[in-house]
Amino acid sequence: MPGTRRESLSLALTGSGGTGMISAGELLLRACARIGLYGLQTRSVGPQIRGGESAALLRIAHYPVEAHDDAFHVLFAADWQNFERFAGEITLADDVVVITDEAATDIPRVVRAHAADIRHLPLHAIAREHKARINMVGLGLLGHLLRLTEEELADIIHWFFTRKGRQQFIEPSIAAMRAGFALAEPMLEEVPSLRTTPDAARAQAKAGRRWLISGNQAVATGFLQAGGRFVAGYPITPATDMLEWLAARLPQLGGQLVQAEDELAAINMVLGASYGGIPAMTATSGPGFSLMAEGIGLGVMAEIPALIVDVQRIGPSTGIPTKSEQGDLQLALCGTHGDAPHLVIAPDCINDAIRTTAWALHLAEKLQCPAVLLSDQKLGQMLSVIDAPEGMPPWKAERETVAACETGDYRRFALTDSGISPVALPGAKGCMHTIDGLEHDEAALPSSKVEDHAAQLEKRWRKLQQMEEWPEEEMRHWADCIGTGEVCIITFGSSAGPAREAIRLAADMGLHARHISMRLLFPPQKKRLHKLLEGVKRLIVVEQTHSGQFLHYLKAHYELPEVVISCRRPGPKPITPQQVLRALREACTVDAKLTERVCT
Amino acid sequence: MNRQTAPAPKPGDYKSGVHPVWCPGCGDFAVLAAITRALAKLQLPKHEVALVSGIGCSGRIPAYLDVYGFHGLHGRALPVATGLKLSRPELTVLAAGGDGDIYSIGAAHFVHACRRNPDITLIVMDNRVYGMTKGQPSPTSEPDFAAALQPEGPHVPPVNGLLLALSAGATFVARAFSGHVDALAEMIIAGIEHPGFAVIEVLSPCPTFRPEQTQWKRQVEDDVFKPASSLQEAMAQVISAPELGTGIVWQTTRPAAEHIPAPPADHAAVMREITQAFLP
Repeated sequence: MPGTRRESLSLALTGSGGTGMISAGELLLRACARIGLYGLQTRSVGPQIRGGESAALLRIAHYPVEAHDDAFHVLFAADWQNFERFAGEITLADDVVVITDEAATDIPRVVRAHAADIRHLPLHAIAREHKARINMVGLGLLGHLLRLTEEELADIIHWFFTRKGRQQFIEPSIAAMRAGFALAEPMLEEVPSLRTTPDAARAQAKAGRRWLISGNQAVATGFLQAGGRFVAGYPITPATDMLEWLAARLPQLGGQLVQAEDELAAINMVLGASYGGIPAMTATSGPGFSLMAEGIGLGVMAEIPALIVDVQRIGPSTGIPTKSEQGDLQLALCGTHGDAPHLVIAPDCINDAIRTTAWALHLAEKLQCPAVLLSDQKLGQMLSVIDAPEGMPPWKAERETVAACETGDYRRFALTDSGISPVALPGAKGCMHTIDGLEHDEAALPSSKVEDHAAQLEKRWRKLQQMEEWPEEEMRHWADCIGTGEVCIITFGSSAGPAREAIRLAADMGLHARHISMRLLFPPQKKRLHKLLEGVKRLIVVEQTHSGQFLHYLKAHYELPEVVISCRRPGPKPITPQQVLRALREACTVDAKLTERVCT
Repeated sequence: MNRQTAPAPKPGDYKSGVHPVWCPGCGDFAVLAAITRALAKLQLPKHEVALVSGIGCSGRIPAYLDVYGFHGLHGRALPVATGLKLSRPELTVLAAGGDGDIYSIGAAHFVHACRRNPDITLIVMDNRVYGMTKGQPSPTSEPDFAAALQPEGPHVPPVNGLLLALSAGATFVARAFSGHVDALAEMIIAGIEHPGFAVIEVLSPCPTFRPEQTQWKRQVEDDVFKPASSLQEAMAQVISAPELGTGIVWQTTRPAAEHIPAPPADHAAVMREITQAFLP
């Protein structure tokens, strides 16, 4: 609706290689963060190594946002080459304003058919005139639509090129930005705008109360915060940028990253370093995670802590490396051979990723067990403005150790009540032993006896199962539950974002529902989940998979309410708050019986 | 701590007392003996030594020693040893594997360990056969070594481990024979004292599946290799040497690729500095 004010505005910037759309999007988001607005950016890129078509997808709001809206209100197209490749990910709002070059003759049918308001503007001419890139024209134009000032935009341009050591581009870019800024003037009346930023928000931003951070950076920060000091990894999209970020920062904290020759080496280097006593992790994605399965099993058998971060992408095989799905859940739970109990934990938003990663490393060390952290491309590569954490998470990597043994009868795998056996790290005098991928007895000697296998297998399960009995204050982080009512949405990982927003939207309509976001997926917390589900009549399981992996997991481990509705969609089109809201409204109104329906 | 007052350890002190699974006459017994002699001669405290292995007959060796042992996955001894040495540089880290373990399933790790040059001594127990799985051809088997899995023999040239090590950048490359225990022990000492990745290929006969290898004791030619002054010369020596020749063929020094620095005094202060970069 022209002229109305919105709480959030979604913008898509698209163009072929060299148009710098991703950079422009990041600069817009950063400029918004500096004045106290919240927002996020995801990117959709093609398979090209460099260049090729790319889209920066932004949502700017007055409140923290974790997910994209249903549709985009502004589409800025530097050109239309290969637009069809991601047209399916960019749903246009009914009142969308499309901004394109005056000379554009190739506007795709899908856009022409939908958009009433297409503005042909001299974008390329301005860029040429000022010897600048078209993204700077876009930055000025879109910045103006977002009610940023020319000074704020000039500051961000200055910051950008100074950081890159390319000061010669500052002046022409600012000139192009100003010309783009002027182009927006006639649109301001008709283009939906955000309210002016509240003064309090501006003050908060000024006081450093906002962070601009990606999910991958948040995971890495949590690892460092908890005391992680060794990383081995092999480049793989979309985990590589986490490894690169860590490589630059680990040495400051007495740590080191090794670029391994493959994922088999990466997981085994992690086990070796952790066996030596240094908290360690690797980060990978589906194909690499598959290769690590045997190593994770060794970590279970030899009781070596390790953190394995899987930034999920679309599979199987090479799949769609740059795009998101939650399809590794069953692999994370059951991907190793034998009965191999290990931790599976999922952070549910960027802010949470710092805490949850620290918690996962803490648990892995405490329980002497590998922990799989399930992130995904959407969460990992999403750049988001968040409230700076009030404090860093309290959890630290701490392993119960034995300093020395006097009598020489150290039992590495002693059958304790908790299942946790204090570990003598190499170097501990008198405690020499050999840890083994072979089944073993308490003294770590290889054993194929019925009773040793039974006792050790049970011990490895026990140390995880006992978490159900841990006091609530220690386990508070296992899941979050918000809202009330008989209808409940349940999610894991990045699907929590759209679900939380759907709950808020529903509340505005007078519909009251709950949302449970599970972080700890294994070991299952039966009593705890059943308590959260008390009074729930209808459960909506929301996940980004085709086959309903999360639904099947829930059915396998928990007693669920009578009516269970599966709301699922494969990637790369993200689950949106509106989509969850539709499922919620239907669940509240229709007399639904057990259904497995695919959300639209 | 009380290293001066404790009685000097003897080779037997480094044995765990666990009875090996190996067949009578297996060359690996002698490798075990040579390791204990080397450790005793160097007077290394047992708790400051770690031995990492993979899977196969060779992989069983850590459990027979009273040091810190890690019997991991098939082929993956070197990544584990690399991670361990990085996290605990003060330890003496040895890795052991067989010809299948190191040159086949773990070949990629072998190449890259040579490149990285961690201060680890690798002992490759080469018997030219997969013994634990009962007699399949290995990457060092002769082309005509016929077995049930490959009835005509592999019919491909065997891997030359020394040449592979040289071309991948190993800084210490040698071959020894398990039957000559003292010479092998000396070689292991040289490997441990070498500041970098030391590759010692040990001819270790399998009397069960390769009974003809019991003749190696008459065929081995000791000290045919002389430490070469250039890589070209080292490669030429390996190419022209008799198949069962022993000796150190190459030794040079090059810093290890990676190391873990000391942690900062104030972790929280560094974290604050790192997270400052998230301010928009």
